[in-house]
Amino acid sequence: MARLVVLGGGVAGHTAATFAAKWLGSEHEVVVVTPNAKWNWIPSNIWVGVGEMSKEDVTFDLAPVYQKAGINYKQAKAVSINPEGKEGSDKPFVTVEFTGQGKVGETEEVQYDYLINATGPKLNFAATPGLGDANGLGEFTVSVCTADHAVHANEEFQKTIEKMKKGERQKFLIGTGHGMCTCQGAAFEYIFNIEHELRKAGVRDMADLQWISNESFLGDFGVGGLHMKAMGFAVSSRIFAESLFAERNVEWTIGAHVNKVEKGKAHYELLDGSMGEHEFDFAMLIPPFAGVGIKAYDKAGEDITATVFAPNGFMKVDANYAAGAYENWKASDWPRTYQNPTYKNMFAAGIAFAPPHGISKPMSSPNGTPINPTPPRTGMPSGIIGKAVAHSVCDLMTKGESAHLHEASMAEMGAACVASAGKGIFTGTAAAMTIYPVVPDFEKYPGTGRDTDYTFGEIGLAGHWIKHILHHLFIYKAKLNPGWTLIPE
Amino acid sequence: MSKYGEKNIKAYGNNFTTMTPGPFARWMRTCLIWQFLRFIAINIKMIVVVGKSH
Repeated sequence: MARLVVLGGGVAGHTAATFAAKWLGSEHEVVVVTPNAKWNWIPSNIWVGVGEMSKEDVTFDLAPVYQKAGINYKQAKAVSINPEGKEGSDKPFVTVEFTGQGKVGETEEVQYDYLINATGPKLNFAATPGLGDANGLGEFTVSVCTADHAVHANEEFQKTIEKMKKGERQKFLIGTGHGMCTCQGAAFEYIFNIEHELRKAGVRDMADLQWISNESFLGDFGVGGLHMKAMGFAVSSRIFAESLFAERNVEWTIGAHVNKVEKGKAHYELLDGSMGEHEFDFAMLIPPFAGVGIKAYDKAGEDITATVFAPNGFMKVDANYAAGAYENWKASDWPRTYQNPTYKNMFAAGIAFAPPHGISKPMSSPNGTPINPTPPRTGMPSGIIGKAVAHSVCDLMTKGESAHLHEASMAEMGAACVASAGKGIFTGTAAAMTIYPVVPDFEKYPGTGRDTDYTFGEIGLAGHWIKHILHHLFIYKAKLNPGWTLIPE
Repeated sequence: MSKYGEKNIKAYGNNFTTMTPGPFARWMRTCLIWQFLRFIAINIKMIVVVGKSH
Protein backbone atom coordinates (compact mmCIF):
# COMPACT_ATOMS: atom_id res chain seq x y z
CA MET A 1 0.00 0.00 0.00
CA ALA A 2 1.29 3.42 -1.00
CA ARG A 3 0.28 6.73 0.53
CA LEU A 4 -0.68 9.96 -1.21
CA VAL A 5 -0.64 13.06 0.96
CA VAL A 6 -2.57 16.08 -0.27
CA LEU A 7 -1.76 19.40 1.37
CA GLY A 8 -4.80 21.66 1.26
CA GLY A 9 -8.54 21.11 0.98
CA GLY A 10 -9.60 23.91 -1.34
CA VAL A 11 -10.79 23.56 -4.92
CA ALA A 12 -7.55 21.97 -6.21
CA GLY A 13 -6.75 19.88 -3.12
CA HIS A 14 -10.29 18.66 -2.55
CA THR A 15 -10.68 17.75 -6.21
CA ALA A 16 -7.35 15.92 -6.26
CA ALA A 17 -7.97 14.05 -3.00
CA THR A 18 -11.51 12.96 -3.72
CA PHE A 19 -10.76 11.73 -7.25
CA ALA A 20 -7.62 9.97 -6.04
CA ALA A 21 -9.56 8.25 -3.27
CA LYS A 22 -12.17 7.12 -5.79
CA TRP A 23 -9.65 5.87 -8.34
CA LEU A 24 -7.30 4.21 -5.84
CA GLY A 25 -9.98 2.52 -3.74
CA SER A 26 -8.85 0.80 -0.57
CA GLU A 27 -5.60 -0.50 -2.07
CA HIS A 28 -3.81 2.76 -1.32
CA GLU A 29 -4.16 5.48 1.27
CA VAL A 30 -5.09 9.13 0.68
CA VAL A 31 -4.35 11.63 3.43
CA VAL A 32 -5.56 15.24 3.36
CA VAL A 33 -3.82 17.81 5.53
CA THR A 34 -5.74 21.06 5.77
CA PRO A 35 -5.94 23.55 8.63
CA ASN A 36 -9.62 24.17 7.99
CA ALA A 37 -12.51 22.22 9.48
CA LYS A 38 -14.86 23.46 6.76
CA TRP A 39 -14.85 23.52 2.99
CA ASN A 40 -15.69 26.94 1.56
CA TRP A 41 -17.18 27.69 -1.86
CA ILE A 42 -15.19 30.91 -2.11
CA PRO A 43 -16.94 32.40 -5.19
CA SER A 44 -20.10 32.85 -3.11
CA ASN A 45 -18.31 34.72 -0.32
CA ILE A 46 -19.18 37.96 -2.07
CA TRP A 47 -22.85 37.22 -1.36
CA VAL A 48 -22.03 36.58 2.29
CA GLY A 49 -20.24 39.93 2.28
CA VAL A 50 -23.47 41.76 1.41
CA GLY A 51 -25.78 39.70 3.60
CA GLU A 52 -27.42 37.71 0.80
CA MET A 53 -26.02 34.41 2.07
CA SER A 54 -24.86 33.12 5.44
CA LYS A 55 -21.57 31.46 6.28
CA GLU A 56 -23.47 28.17 6.56
CA ASP A 57 -24.68 28.56 2.97
CA VAL A 58 -21.14 28.58 1.60
CA THR A 59 -19.39 26.10 3.90
CA PHE A 60 -19.75 22.53 5.14
CA ASP A 61 -17.83 20.26 7.51
CA LEU A 62 -15.03 18.33 5.83
CA ALA A 63 -14.74 15.47 8.33
CA PRO A 64 -17.90 13.54 7.37
CA VAL A 65 -17.18 13.94 3.66
CA TYR A 66 -13.65 12.59 4.00
CA GLN A 67 -14.91 9.78 6.21
CA LYS A 68 -17.39 8.83 3.48
CA ALA A 69 -14.61 8.92 0.88
CA GLY A 70 -12.23 6.82 2.99
CA ILE A 71 -9.76 9.70 3.19
CA ASN A 72 -7.54 10.07 6.25
CA TYR A 73 -8.21 13.68 7.27
CA LYS A 74 -5.81 15.63 9.42
CA GLN A 75 -6.90 19.10 10.45
CA ALA A 76 -3.43 20.54 10.45
CA LYS A 77 -1.15 22.85 8.54
CA ALA A 78 1.99 21.68 6.78
CA VAL A 79 5.11 23.21 8.27
CA SER A 80 7.91 21.55 6.33
CA ILE A 81 8.68 18.90 3.75
CA ASN A 82 11.58 16.44 3.93
CA PRO A 83 11.52 14.95 0.41
CA GLU A 84 14.61 12.81 1.10
CA GLY A 85 13.52 11.61 4.52
CA LYS A 86 15.89 12.04 7.44
CA GLU A 87 18.84 10.37 9.04
CA GLY A 88 18.07 6.69 9.37
CA SER A 89 15.13 6.72 6.94
CA ASP A 90 14.76 7.39 3.23
CA LYS A 91 11.01 7.78 3.55
CA PRO A 92 9.92 11.33 2.63
CA PHE A 93 7.62 13.04 5.08
CA VAL A 94 5.74 16.22 5.83
CA THR A 95 5.77 17.76 9.27
CA VAL A 96 2.32 19.03 10.16
CA GLU A 97 1.01 21.06 13.08
CA PHE A 98 -2.55 20.34 14.15
CA THR A 99 -5.13 23.11 14.28
CA GLY A 100 -8.02 20.95 15.47
CA GLN A 101 -9.22 17.43 16.22
CA GLY A 102 -8.28 17.97 19.88
CA LYS A 103 -4.58 18.14 19.07
CA VAL A 104 -4.05 21.88 18.53
CA GLY A 105 -0.34 22.71 18.45
CA GLU A 106 0.82 19.08 18.32
CA THR A 107 3.14 18.15 15.48
CA GLU A 108 3.37 14.90 13.52
CA GLU A 109 5.57 13.56 10.75
CA VAL A 110 3.32 12.25 7.97
CA GLN A 111 5.22 9.97 5.60
CA TYR A 112 4.27 9.88 1.95
CA ASP A 113 5.02 8.12 -1.30
CA TYR A 114 3.48 10.90 -3.36
CA LEU A 115 2.69 14.47 -2.39
CA ILE A 116 0.31 16.99 -3.93
CA ASN A 117 0.81 20.52 -2.67
CA ALA A 118 -2.49 22.37 -3.02
CA THR A 119 -2.22 24.68 -0.06
CA GLY A 120 -3.61 27.71 -1.83
CA PRO A 121 -2.31 31.14 -0.90
CA LYS A 122 -1.29 32.91 2.23
CA LEU A 123 -3.36 36.10 2.33
CA ASN A 124 -0.41 38.44 2.62
CA PHE A 125 -2.09 41.39 4.35
CA ALA A 126 1.27 42.33 5.87
CA ALA A 127 2.59 43.36 2.44
CA THR A 128 0.73 46.68 2.76
CA PRO A 129 1.14 48.59 6.03
CA GLY A 130 -2.25 49.08 7.61
CA LEU A 131 -3.99 46.41 5.53
CA GLY A 132 -3.16 43.86 8.17
CA ASP A 133 -0.24 41.96 9.63
CA ALA A 134 1.16 38.45 9.67
CA ASN A 135 -1.85 37.37 11.71
CA GLY A 136 -4.28 38.49 9.03
CA LEU A 137 -6.74 41.25 8.29
CA GLY A 138 -6.24 44.66 9.90
CA GLU A 139 -8.74 46.94 11.59
CA PHE A 140 -9.23 49.53 8.85
CA THR A 141 -10.52 47.43 5.96
CA VAL A 142 -12.66 44.34 5.37
CA SER A 143 -12.11 41.31 3.16
CA VAL A 144 -14.22 38.65 1.43
CA CYS A 145 -11.36 36.18 1.03
CA THR A 146 -12.72 33.78 3.65
CA ALA A 147 -16.25 33.09 4.85
CA ASP A 148 -15.46 34.60 8.26
CA HIS A 149 -14.00 37.69 6.61
CA ALA A 150 -17.14 38.00 4.50
CA VAL A 151 -19.39 37.76 7.58
CA HIS A 152 -17.39 40.60 9.14
CA ALA A 153 -17.56 42.56 5.88
CA ASN A 154 -21.34 42.33 5.86
CA GLU A 155 -21.56 43.49 9.49
CA GLU A 156 -19.59 46.60 8.59
CA PHE A 157 -21.57 47.04 5.35
CA GLN A 158 -24.90 46.98 7.21
CA LYS A 159 -23.58 49.71 9.54
CA THR A 160 -22.93 51.94 6.54
CA ILE A 161 -26.48 51.40 5.30
CA GLU A 162 -27.84 52.46 8.67
CA LYS A 163 -25.67 55.58 8.58
CA MET A 164 -26.92 56.47 5.10
CA LYS A 165 -30.50 55.99 6.17
CA LYS A 166 -29.79 58.58 8.86
CA GLY A 167 -28.50 60.97 6.20
CA GLU A 168 -24.78 60.38 6.55
CA ARG A 169 -23.03 60.10 3.18
CA GLN A 170 -20.64 57.14 2.86
CA LYS A 171 -17.66 56.49 0.62
CA PHE A 172 -16.82 52.95 -0.45
CA LEU A 173 -13.36 51.98 -1.64
CA ILE A 174 -13.09 48.52 -3.18
CA GLY A 175 -10.37 46.80 -5.18
CA THR A 176 -6.85 45.54 -4.68
CA GLY A 177 -4.67 46.43 -1.70
CA HIS A 178 -1.25 46.09 -3.33
CA GLY A 179 0.46 46.49 -6.69
CA MET A 180 1.00 42.74 -7.08
CA CYS A 181 -2.47 41.43 -6.33
CA THR A 182 -4.52 38.90 -8.20
CA CYS A 183 -8.27 38.14 -7.85
CA GLN A 184 -9.50 41.43 -9.28
CA GLY A 185 -12.62 39.53 -10.27
CA ALA A 186 -13.69 39.01 -6.66
CA ALA A 187 -13.36 42.71 -5.94
CA PHE A 188 -15.19 43.47 -9.20
CA GLU A 189 -18.07 41.27 -8.07
CA TYR A 190 -18.10 42.78 -4.63
CA ILE A 191 -18.29 46.42 -5.70
CA PHE A 192 -21.22 45.73 -8.02
CA ASN A 193 -23.02 43.63 -5.42
CA ILE A 194 -22.52 46.50 -2.97
CA GLU A 195 -23.97 48.87 -5.56
CA HIS A 196 -26.91 46.53 -6.17
CA GLU A 197 -27.64 46.21 -2.45
CA LEU A 198 -27.44 49.97 -1.95
CA ARG A 199 -30.05 50.44 -4.64
CA LYS A 200 -32.27 47.82 -3.03
CA ALA A 201 -31.90 49.59 0.32
CA GLY A 202 -32.84 52.90 -1.29
CA VAL A 203 -29.61 54.64 -0.31
CA ARG A 204 -27.62 54.55 -3.55
CA ASP A 205 -27.73 58.33 -3.86
CA MET A 206 -26.03 58.62 -0.48
CA ALA A 207 -23.02 56.53 -1.53
CA ASP A 208 -19.88 57.27 -3.50
CA LEU A 209 -18.30 54.15 -4.97
CA GLN A 210 -14.60 54.16 -5.83
CA TRP A 211 -12.72 51.32 -7.50
CA ILE A 212 -8.96 50.99 -7.13
CA SER A 213 -6.86 48.29 -8.73
CA ASN A 214 -3.43 47.39 -10.01
CA GLU A 215 -4.76 46.63 -13.50
CA SER A 216 -3.33 48.87 -16.21
CA PHE A 217 -6.80 48.93 -17.76
CA LEU A 218 -10.25 48.02 -16.51
CA GLY A 219 -11.17 44.48 -17.48
CA ASP A 220 -7.61 43.13 -17.32
CA PHE A 221 -8.63 40.68 -14.54
CA GLY A 222 -5.07 39.37 -14.31
CA VAL A 223 -5.31 37.65 -17.68
CA GLY A 224 -4.32 40.64 -19.76
CA GLY A 225 -7.95 41.26 -20.62
CA LEU A 226 -9.78 39.37 -23.33
CA HIS A 227 -11.48 40.08 -26.60
CA MET A 228 -15.05 38.94 -26.96
CA LYS A 229 -17.26 38.74 -30.01
CA ALA A 230 -20.09 41.24 -29.83
CA MET A 231 -22.17 42.97 -32.51
CA GLY A 232 -19.83 41.61 -35.16
CA PHE A 233 -16.73 43.02 -33.50
CA ALA A 234 -14.01 41.47 -31.38
CA VAL A 235 -14.38 43.84 -28.43
CA SER A 236 -11.92 44.28 -25.58
CA SER A 237 -13.10 43.47 -22.05
CA ARG A 238 -11.97 47.00 -21.28
CA ILE A 239 -14.95 48.41 -23.18
CA PHE A 240 -17.42 46.18 -21.35
CA ALA A 241 -15.88 46.85 -17.94
CA GLU A 242 -15.76 50.61 -18.44
CA SER A 243 -19.34 50.53 -19.66
CA LEU A 244 -20.55 48.81 -16.50
CA PHE A 245 -18.57 51.17 -14.26
CA ALA A 246 -20.04 54.18 -16.07
CA GLU A 247 -23.56 52.77 -16.02
CA ARG A 248 -23.44 52.03 -12.29
CA ASN A 249 -21.70 55.34 -11.55
CA VAL A 250 -18.54 53.83 -10.08
CA GLU A 251 -15.38 55.92 -10.28
CA TRP A 252 -12.14 54.11 -10.97
CA THR A 253 -8.44 54.46 -10.25
CA ILE A 254 -6.28 51.93 -12.07
CA GLY A 255 -2.58 51.15 -12.29
CA ALA A 256 -2.47 51.71 -8.54
CA HIS A 257 -0.25 50.21 -5.88
CA VAL A 258 -1.85 50.79 -2.48
CA ASN A 259 1.20 51.33 -0.29
CA LYS A 260 -0.36 52.29 3.02
CA VAL A 261 -3.74 52.15 4.69
CA GLU A 262 -4.78 54.26 7.65
CA LYS A 263 -8.09 54.70 9.38
CA GLY A 264 -10.36 56.07 6.67
CA LYS A 265 -7.59 56.66 4.13
CA ALA A 266 -5.65 54.62 1.57
CA HIS A 267 -2.43 55.92 0.04
CA TYR A 268 -1.38 54.78 -3.42
CA GLU A 269 1.21 55.15 -6.14
CA LEU A 270 0.23 55.14 -9.80
CA LEU A 271 2.02 53.76 -12.83
CA ASP A 272 3.05 57.30 -13.80
CA GLY A 273 4.88 57.61 -10.47
CA SER A 274 2.44 60.06 -8.93
CA MET A 275 1.07 59.56 -5.43
CA GLY A 276 -2.49 59.94 -4.25
CA GLU A 277 -4.92 59.00 -1.56
CA HIS A 278 -8.55 57.99 -1.29
CA GLU A 279 -10.61 58.56 1.82
CA PHE A 280 -13.19 55.94 2.71
CA ASP A 281 -15.82 54.98 5.23
CA PHE A 282 -15.82 51.36 4.07
CA ALA A 283 -12.99 49.61 2.26
CA MET A 284 -12.60 46.07 0.92
CA LEU A 285 -9.12 45.66 -0.47
CA ILE A 286 -7.91 42.24 -1.65
CA PRO A 287 -4.44 41.40 -0.28
CA PRO A 288 -1.65 39.99 -2.43
CA PHE A 289 -1.08 36.25 -2.34
CA ALA A 290 2.09 34.42 -1.30
CA GLY A 291 2.98 30.81 -0.69
CA VAL A 292 2.00 29.54 2.73
CA GLY A 293 5.64 29.42 3.84
CA ILE A 294 6.38 25.70 3.93
CA LYS A 295 10.08 24.96 4.44
CA ALA A 296 11.97 22.10 2.80
CA TYR A 297 14.92 20.16 4.18
CA ASP A 298 17.21 17.53 2.72
CA LYS A 299 18.24 14.29 4.37
CA ALA A 300 20.98 16.04 6.36
CA GLY A 301 18.56 18.66 7.59
CA GLU A 302 19.92 21.43 5.37
CA ASP A 303 17.42 24.02 4.18
CA ILE A 304 16.52 23.37 0.51
CA THR A 305 13.45 25.63 0.44
CA ALA A 306 14.93 27.62 -2.45
CA THR A 307 15.29 24.42 -4.47
CA VAL A 308 11.69 23.31 -3.99
CA PHE A 309 9.92 26.65 -3.84
CA ALA A 310 10.13 29.89 -5.83
CA PRO A 311 11.00 33.07 -3.90
CA ASN A 312 7.28 33.89 -3.59
CA GLY A 313 6.73 30.65 -1.68
CA PHE A 314 4.93 28.76 -4.44
CA MET A 315 6.19 25.30 -5.44
CA LYS A 316 8.32 24.95 -8.54
CA VAL A 317 6.87 22.70 -11.21
CA ASP A 318 7.61 21.91 -14.87
CA ALA A 319 7.36 25.55 -15.97
CA ASN A 320 9.98 27.61 -17.77
CA TYR A 321 11.13 29.99 -15.04
CA ALA A 322 13.89 31.41 -17.23
CA ALA A 323 11.71 33.13 -19.83
CA GLY A 324 12.95 36.55 -18.73
CA ALA A 325 11.51 39.69 -20.30
CA TYR A 326 7.91 39.98 -21.50
CA GLU A 327 9.03 39.86 -25.13
CA ASN A 328 10.28 36.30 -24.54
CA TRP A 329 7.13 34.98 -22.89
CA LYS A 330 5.49 32.04 -24.61
CA ALA A 331 2.47 29.91 -23.95
CA SER A 332 4.81 26.94 -23.72
CA ASP A 333 6.40 28.47 -20.58
CA TRP A 334 3.35 27.31 -18.63
CA PRO A 335 3.52 23.97 -16.84
CA ARG A 336 1.80 20.89 -18.20
CA THR A 337 2.18 18.16 -15.56
CA TYR A 338 2.82 20.22 -12.39
CA GLN A 339 5.54 17.80 -11.32
CA ASN A 340 8.36 19.20 -9.20
CA PRO A 341 11.54 19.07 -11.32
CA THR A 342 13.76 17.96 -8.42
CA TYR A 343 11.55 15.50 -6.58
CA LYS A 344 9.42 13.60 -9.06
CA ASN A 345 6.97 12.32 -6.44
CA MET A 346 5.87 15.87 -5.61
CA PHE A 347 3.27 17.85 -7.54
CA ALA A 348 1.58 21.20 -7.01
CA ALA A 349 -1.93 22.24 -8.03
CA GLY A 350 -4.04 25.38 -7.98
CA ILE A 351 -2.60 28.56 -6.52
CA ALA A 352 0.21 26.57 -4.86
CA PHE A 353 2.20 26.07 -8.09
CA ALA A 354 4.68 28.76 -9.04
CA PRO A 355 3.67 30.32 -12.36
CA PRO A 356 6.52 30.99 -14.79
CA HIS A 357 5.58 34.66 -14.99
CA GLY A 358 2.53 36.86 -15.19
CA ILE A 359 -0.17 36.79 -17.83
CA SER A 360 -0.78 40.54 -17.85
CA LYS A 361 2.07 42.61 -19.23
CA PRO A 362 4.51 43.53 -16.43
CA MET A 363 4.66 47.22 -15.63
CA SER A 364 6.29 49.42 -13.05
CA SER A 365 6.23 53.05 -12.04
CA PRO A 366 9.20 55.36 -12.72
CA ASN A 367 10.03 54.80 -9.04
CA GLY A 368 10.60 51.13 -9.79
CA THR A 369 7.45 49.91 -8.07
CA PRO A 370 6.00 46.91 -9.92
CA ILE A 371 2.29 47.44 -10.53
CA ASN A 372 0.58 44.66 -12.44
CA PRO A 373 -1.79 41.83 -11.69
CA THR A 374 -0.27 38.46 -10.88
CA PRO A 375 -1.76 35.45 -12.68
CA PRO A 376 -4.95 33.86 -11.34
CA ARG A 377 -4.92 30.08 -10.82
CA THR A 378 -8.32 29.78 -9.20
CA GLY A 379 -11.71 28.36 -10.08
CA MET A 380 -12.07 26.07 -13.06
CA PRO A 381 -8.34 25.86 -13.95
CA SER A 382 -7.62 25.00 -10.33
CA GLY A 383 -10.09 22.12 -10.39
CA ILE A 384 -8.90 20.82 -13.76
CA ILE A 385 -5.27 20.92 -12.65
CA GLY A 386 -6.16 19.16 -9.38
CA LYS A 387 -7.91 16.38 -11.28
CA ALA A 388 -5.08 15.99 -13.82
CA VAL A 389 -2.46 15.81 -11.08
CA ALA A 390 -4.53 13.26 -9.16
CA HIS A 391 -4.80 11.21 -12.37
CA SER A 392 -1.03 11.29 -12.83
CA VAL A 393 -0.32 10.27 -9.24
CA CYS A 394 -2.87 7.46 -9.37
CA ASP A 395 -1.25 6.13 -12.55
CA LEU A 396 2.20 6.33 -10.97
CA MET A 397 0.92 4.43 -7.94
CA THR A 398 -0.91 1.74 -9.86
CA LYS A 399 1.11 1.40 -13.10
CA GLY A 400 4.60 2.24 -11.91
CA GLU A 401 7.02 5.13 -12.26
CA SER A 402 7.03 4.99 -16.06
CA ALA A 403 3.33 5.85 -16.24
CA HIS A 404 2.33 8.67 -18.56
CA LEU A 405 1.66 11.94 -16.77
CA HIS A 406 -1.58 13.76 -17.50
CA GLU A 407 -1.37 17.31 -18.79
CA ALA A 408 -3.42 20.43 -18.12
CA SER A 409 -1.65 23.52 -19.39
CA MET A 410 -3.40 26.81 -18.70
CA ALA A 411 -2.23 27.84 -22.16
CA GLU A 412 -4.36 25.09 -23.67
CA MET A 413 -7.40 25.08 -21.41
CA GLY A 414 -10.32 27.44 -21.31
CA ALA A 415 -12.29 28.68 -18.36
CA ALA A 416 -15.88 29.60 -17.74
CA CYS A 417 -16.31 32.47 -15.34
CA VAL A 418 -19.41 34.11 -13.97
CA ALA A 419 -18.96 37.44 -12.21
CA SER A 420 -21.96 38.53 -10.19
CA ALA A 421 -23.11 42.13 -10.49
CA GLY A 422 -26.02 41.79 -8.07
CA LYS A 423 -28.10 38.97 -6.58
CA GLY A 424 -31.81 38.45 -7.20
CA ILE A 425 -33.86 35.74 -8.88
CA PHE A 426 -35.52 38.31 -11.18
CA THR A 427 -33.38 41.41 -10.64
CA GLY A 428 -29.88 39.95 -10.43
CA THR A 429 -27.27 40.24 -13.15
CA ALA A 430 -23.90 38.66 -13.78
CA ALA A 431 -21.27 38.77 -16.47
CA ALA A 432 -21.01 35.27 -17.92
CA MET A 433 -17.72 34.76 -19.70
CA THR A 434 -15.65 32.06 -21.28
CA ILE A 435 -12.02 32.48 -22.15
CA TYR A 436 -9.98 30.18 -24.37
CA PRO A 437 -7.21 29.66 -23.61
CA VAL A 438 -6.67 31.18 -20.16
CA VAL A 439 -3.08 32.08 -20.98
CA PRO A 440 -3.01 33.87 -24.34
CA ASP A 441 -1.10 32.14 -27.11
CA PHE A 442 -0.07 34.87 -29.51
CA GLU A 443 1.67 32.39 -31.84
CA LYS A 444 -1.45 30.28 -32.29
CA TYR A 445 -3.93 33.17 -32.15
CA PRO A 446 -2.11 36.25 -33.47
CA GLY A 447 -3.49 39.56 -32.27
CA THR A 448 -5.80 38.79 -29.41
CA GLY A 449 -3.97 35.66 -28.21
CA ARG A 450 -7.23 33.78 -27.89
CA ASP A 451 -9.76 31.94 -30.02
CA THR A 452 -12.65 34.40 -30.25
CA ASP A 453 -14.97 31.56 -31.33
CA TYR A 454 -14.73 30.31 -27.75
CA THR A 455 -14.13 33.57 -25.88
CA PHE A 456 -17.30 35.49 -25.18
CA GLY A 457 -19.11 37.41 -22.49
CA GLU A 458 -22.42 39.06 -21.76
CA ILE A 459 -24.19 40.50 -18.77
CA GLY A 460 -27.70 39.63 -17.74
CA LEU A 461 -30.06 37.72 -15.51
CA ALA A 462 -29.11 34.43 -17.20
CA GLY A 463 -25.58 34.85 -15.88
CA HIS A 464 -26.94 35.28 -12.37
CA TRP A 465 -29.01 32.11 -12.68
CA ILE A 466 -25.90 30.24 -13.84
CA LYS A 467 -23.83 31.53 -10.93
CA HIS A 468 -26.54 30.56 -8.47
CA ILE A 469 -26.90 27.09 -10.00
CA LEU A 470 -23.12 26.63 -9.98
CA HIS A 471 -23.10 27.53 -6.28
CA HIS A 472 -25.40 24.60 -5.48
CA LEU A 473 -23.85 22.30 -8.08
CA PHE A 474 -20.28 22.65 -6.84
CA ILE A 475 -21.23 22.31 -3.18
CA TYR A 476 -23.22 19.19 -4.14
CA LYS A 477 -20.15 17.88 -5.97
CA ALA A 478 -17.74 18.74 -3.14
CA LYS A 479 -19.96 16.86 -0.69
CA LEU A 480 -19.53 13.80 -2.93
CA ASN A 481 -23.25 13.34 -3.30
CA PRO A 482 -24.53 10.75 -5.83
CA GLY A 483 -23.29 11.47 -9.34
CA TRP A 484 -20.64 13.96 -8.19
CA THR A 485 -18.11 12.76 -10.73
CA LEU A 486 -20.46 13.70 -13.58
CA ILE A 487 -20.22 17.40 -12.69
CA PRO A 488 -17.22 18.89 -14.50
CA GLU A 489 -14.68 21.01 -12.68
CA MET B 1 -34.82 54.41 -16.88
CA SER B 2 -34.13 56.76 -19.73
CA LYS B 3 -30.59 58.12 -20.00
CA TYR B 4 -29.76 56.01 -16.94
CA GLY B 5 -26.16 55.37 -17.87
CA GLU B 6 -25.48 58.48 -19.90
CA LYS B 7 -25.97 60.86 -16.99
CA ASN B 8 -23.01 59.27 -15.21
CA ILE B 9 -20.54 60.13 -17.95
CA LYS B 10 -18.20 62.93 -16.95
CA ALA B 11 -17.26 65.16 -19.88
CA TYR B 12 -13.64 64.36 -20.72
CA GLY B 13 -13.33 62.30 -17.56
CA ASN B 14 -11.98 58.73 -17.61
CA ASN B 15 -15.39 57.27 -18.53
CA PHE B 16 -16.06 59.71 -21.39
CA THR B 17 -15.00 57.31 -24.15
CA THR B 18 -16.92 54.23 -23.08
CA MET B 19 -20.31 52.98 -24.21
CA THR B 20 -23.40 52.89 -22.04
CA PRO B 21 -26.52 50.80 -22.54
CA GLY B 22 -29.79 52.41 -23.49
CA PRO B 23 -33.16 51.53 -21.94
CA PHE B 24 -33.83 48.64 -24.34
CA ALA B 25 -30.46 47.00 -23.76
CA ARG B 26 -30.95 47.28 -20.01
CA TRP B 27 -34.50 45.91 -20.18
CA MET B 28 -33.31 42.92 -22.17
CA ARG B 29 -30.86 42.05 -19.39
CA THR B 30 -33.70 41.09 -17.08
CA CYS B 31 -36.37 40.20 -19.68
CA LEU B 32 -37.37 36.69 -18.57
CA ILE B 33 -38.08 35.28 -22.03
CA TRP B 34 -34.90 36.64 -23.58
CA GLN B 35 -32.79 35.69 -20.58
CA PHE B 36 -34.18 32.15 -20.61
CA LEU B 37 -33.01 31.85 -24.22
CA ARG B 38 -29.64 33.35 -23.29
CA PHE B 39 -29.42 30.93 -20.35
CA ILE B 40 -29.63 28.03 -22.80
CA ALA B 41 -27.20 29.64 -25.25
CA ILE B 42 -24.62 30.53 -22.58
CA ASN B 43 -24.80 27.06 -21.07
CA ILE B 44 -24.15 25.48 -24.45
CA LYS B 45 -21.19 27.80 -25.04
CA MET B 46 -19.78 27.05 -21.59
CA ILE B 47 -20.20 23.30 -22.01
CA VAL B 48 -18.27 23.49 -25.29
CA VAL B 49 -15.39 25.38 -23.61
CA VAL B 50 -15.45 23.06 -20.60
CA GLY B 51 -15.38 20.10 -22.97
CA LYS B 52 -12.35 21.54 -24.80
CA SER B 53 -10.55 22.03 -21.48
CA HIS B 54 -10.75 18.53 -20.02
